[in-house]
Amino acid sequence: MTNTLVSSPHGARPNRVDRVMQEVLLALVPGVLAMIWFFGWGVLINIALAVAVAVAAEAAVMSMRRRPIAPAIGDYSAVVTAVLFAISVPPTLPWWMTLLGTLFAIVLVKQLYGGIGYNPFNPAMAAYVFLLVSYPVAMTTWLAPDMLTAHALSFTESMRLIFTGGLPNGIAWDAISAATPLDAMRGKLDQGMLIEEIRLSPLWGDFGGRGWEWVANGFLLGGVYLLWRRIITWHIPVSMLAALAVAAGVFWLVDPTTHPFPAFHLFSGAAILGAFFIATDPVSACTTKTGQLIFGASIGLVVFAIRTWGGYPDAVAFAVLLMNIAAPTIDHYTQPRVFGHSGNRANP
Amino acid sequence: MAAIQSLLHRDRLWTFHGGIHVPDEKALSNSRPVEVMPLPTRLVIPLQQHIGATARPVVTVGERVLKGQLLAQAEGYVSACIHASSSGTLVAIEPHPVPHPSGLSALCAVIETDGEDAWTELPEPMTHYGQLDVAEIRERIRWAGVVGLGGASFPTSVKLNPGPDQRIRTLIINGAECEPYITCDDLLMRERAGDILAGARIMHHLLGDPRILIGIEDNKPEAFEAMRFALAETDMKGYTEIRSIPTLYPSGGEKQLIRILTGEEVPTHAIPARIGIVCQNVGSAAAVADAVLEGRPLISRVVTVTGRAIAEPRNLEVRIGTPVSDLIAHCGGYRERPRKLVCGGPMMGFEIAHPEIPVTKPANCVLALTEAETPDAGPALACIRCGRCAEVCPAKLLPQQLYWHARAKDLDRVQDYNLFDCIECGCCAQVCPSHIPLVQYYRYAKNEVWAREEEKRKAELARMRHEAKQVRLERQERERKARLRRKKESLEAGPEKGQTDQEAKKAAIEAAKQRAAAKKAAAAKAEETNDA
Repeated sequence: MTNTLVSSPHGARPNRVDRVMQEVLLALVPGVLAMIWFFGWGVLINIALAVAVAVAAEAAVMSMRRRPIAPAIGDYSAVVTAVLFAISVPPTLPWWMTLLGTLFAIVLVKQLYGGIGYNPFNPAMAAYVFLLVSYPVAMTTWLAPDMLTAHALSFTESMRLIFTGGLPNGIAWDAISAATPLDAMRGKLDQGMLIEEIRLSPLWGDFGGRGWEWVANGFLLGGVYLLWRRIITWHIPVSMLAALAVAAGVFWLVDPTTHPFPAFHLFSGAAILGAFFIATDPVSACTTKTGQLIFGASIGLVVFAIRTWGGYPDAVAFAVLLMNIAAPTIDHYTQPRVFGHSGNRANP
Repeated sequence: MAAIQSLLHRDRLWTFHGGIHVPDEKALSNSRPVEVMPLPTRLVIPLQQHIGATARPVVTVGERVLKGQLLAQAEGYVSACIHASSSGTLVAIEPHPVPHPSGLSALCAVIETDGEDAWTELPEPMTHYGQLDVAEIRERIRWAGVVGLGGASFPTSVKLNPGPDQRIRTLIINGAECEPYITCDDLLMRERAGDILAGARIMHHLLGDPRILIGIEDNKPEAFEAMRFALAETDMKGYTEIRSIPTLYPSGGEKQLIRILTGEEVPTHAIPARIGIVCQNVGSAAAVADAVLEGRPLISRVVTVTGRAIAEPRNLEVRIGTPVSDLIAHCGGYRERPRKLVCGGPMMGFEIAHPEIPVTKPANCVLALTEAETPDAGPALACIRCGRCAEVCPAKLLPQQLYWHARAKDLDRVQDYNLFDCIECGCCAQVCPSHIPLVQYYRYAKNEVWAREEEKRKAELARMRHEAKQVRLERQERERKARLRRKKESLEAGPEKGQTDQEAKKAAIEAAKQRAAAKKAAAAKAEETNDA
């Protein structure tokens, strides 16, 4: 029997941070497999590289901070950040950019604020935006989905491309790359083309970008798994996707020739991934339920606004970071009514 | 209108926010009937087993006491009487370790039992209580030392006196028993359903005929059936309902049960009587029946002795004052070395440092947990703000905000976030993936706030004392100056006066000398007489 008196409850605690993170990783599997299927080995190489760097960086910083290393590595949070970052960047991104982005995420965005639980921004998204503003060309050069490309890169070719920048013999960039569906849509709309014409392009699948829509479905499956496992609640993903769909729907109804169908917005970019895996990052999102609804809906609206009128095609990362800034304020004004208190309580 | 409403809402149940499902482990101890614990050789009976003032001893050390004899009288309004739970010799009234989270000692009456278990003369049963004055019945319950046996131990007679302005519409009998492992209320309902109902009926009479709602969690079907069967035998059916409520911790919390059964929320910092409701534990109801119908004080209770470290978990009818170690020995001792001994349930109970402490009125469970049942949660990790704590909080608080501010010792903010609405049910800590001992932080913060209030009160008192002293010193200074001034004036007035003063002084000295001489003479004379 121990002599240390510890406060109740005394039973075993069923939840653990590492299990939560493991569930998130598990939920990412279908989407990641779809990405590998459509965009090749580069996705996997990026993930491996980012995870290795993230874990090493986490360990190094913890050792510099003179904190125990094992629990920090063992909670899998660095791995989750690394994977989310790696699947957000183009599959052919030069290795040093992946390395730089991962270091930025772990060292600057996470550890400089005090490590897990203290970062005000989503580390993966902050790193993504950091690379995007620093290296816009590399960050927007995407591979064409597998079925549209003239040459599918093999594993060794992918390795070579990522680590040396060398393309396979006789293959030009144009043969393997393509604009992302969102980018293509923006570009062609700017050229004055109508939705119907744009949709004739082979880039389009059934309801989103070809390939992309299945990746989104994979993440949707993972998202439903997270909901079922109660790792996340419905508030942020549903409000975010609903706001995006409603905003897109309104404009589509007003003018369907120049505004894409709402499903296109949901299934062509990072909306689904963002809704279930990124905006729900508990550390940097809102914590009250009402706050989460506002937070999610705001992200959805900002995504739509950036995609429709903004300069960048990658709206989710910006929208999430923007709302991360607002999260504490939203939380402050959305505290629930405490049991036994009448009306909304006065805010401190 | 009210009748229509009650028809509409018949059998309707409400929910409260949050709550958790915990593996209940009640099967460990609920399969055997309650066994009466043999008489121990020594009873250690604390003089405070209730919320309120410590009872004042009315017996003297060395005296022979009888079973049921009053040992200590309730002192003040919120207090409860303490009785001897067997006959024997009162060997000491001294501090002894008691079941308390602090592990500190408190005043106890120690009885060496004589084995005769002889009853004292008990007051007349009040079987005709319907014709008696309610104050008289209440006085009987107060005399019997009945307190809330669900764990809170608030004196029952006080709860049954809501005041003339307060109409009680609903009496709730709490048979929820939501804590995992504990089965004493379950067994009590199965075995003494009739007595519980009889007690409820007495309380119904005392409270001015409110309706009675009995809430039992649906993981106790036998208890539910037993109660229903017993109710069918009575004439209470017209105003009594027994409701099976979903098993969800903490449904047995007073405010949560009220919410489930009536849909009403007890306002913060108020007692349920404010909204016309009184809530009583099933054990208290049975104790009220014993006191009123048989004139028997509360000297024993059913205790669940369980946990996987106990060889034969079961429920025991235990005399108040029996050492916990006796209970464990009676249950076959330990099956394996316990990692923790807990008084109460795993969710809200407190760890006890050693098993020599006595059973008290609110002690419903002795829990010996194995390593597997209460594994070391390891060091707490950083809060990842997952919000699970807020999802399960039955008070709808924001536990993580409370935690941050408690940790930062920001006592104002922590109160802004309604720290004092926390019922310490432990749901938040139970689900926390970072294993942060959240409740510990809240208890710490509450204590800090209380300490600060006390400090403030003391500082205020000190300030008042200081000011009073200042005023006094100023006055004395003023008086002194006035005296000096007068003296000066009188000196200046002329020497004749001074002359008279000196003469007067001389005369006074002379008179004092004479008095002293007379005294001496008298003393000498007295001595002589004594010698003679």
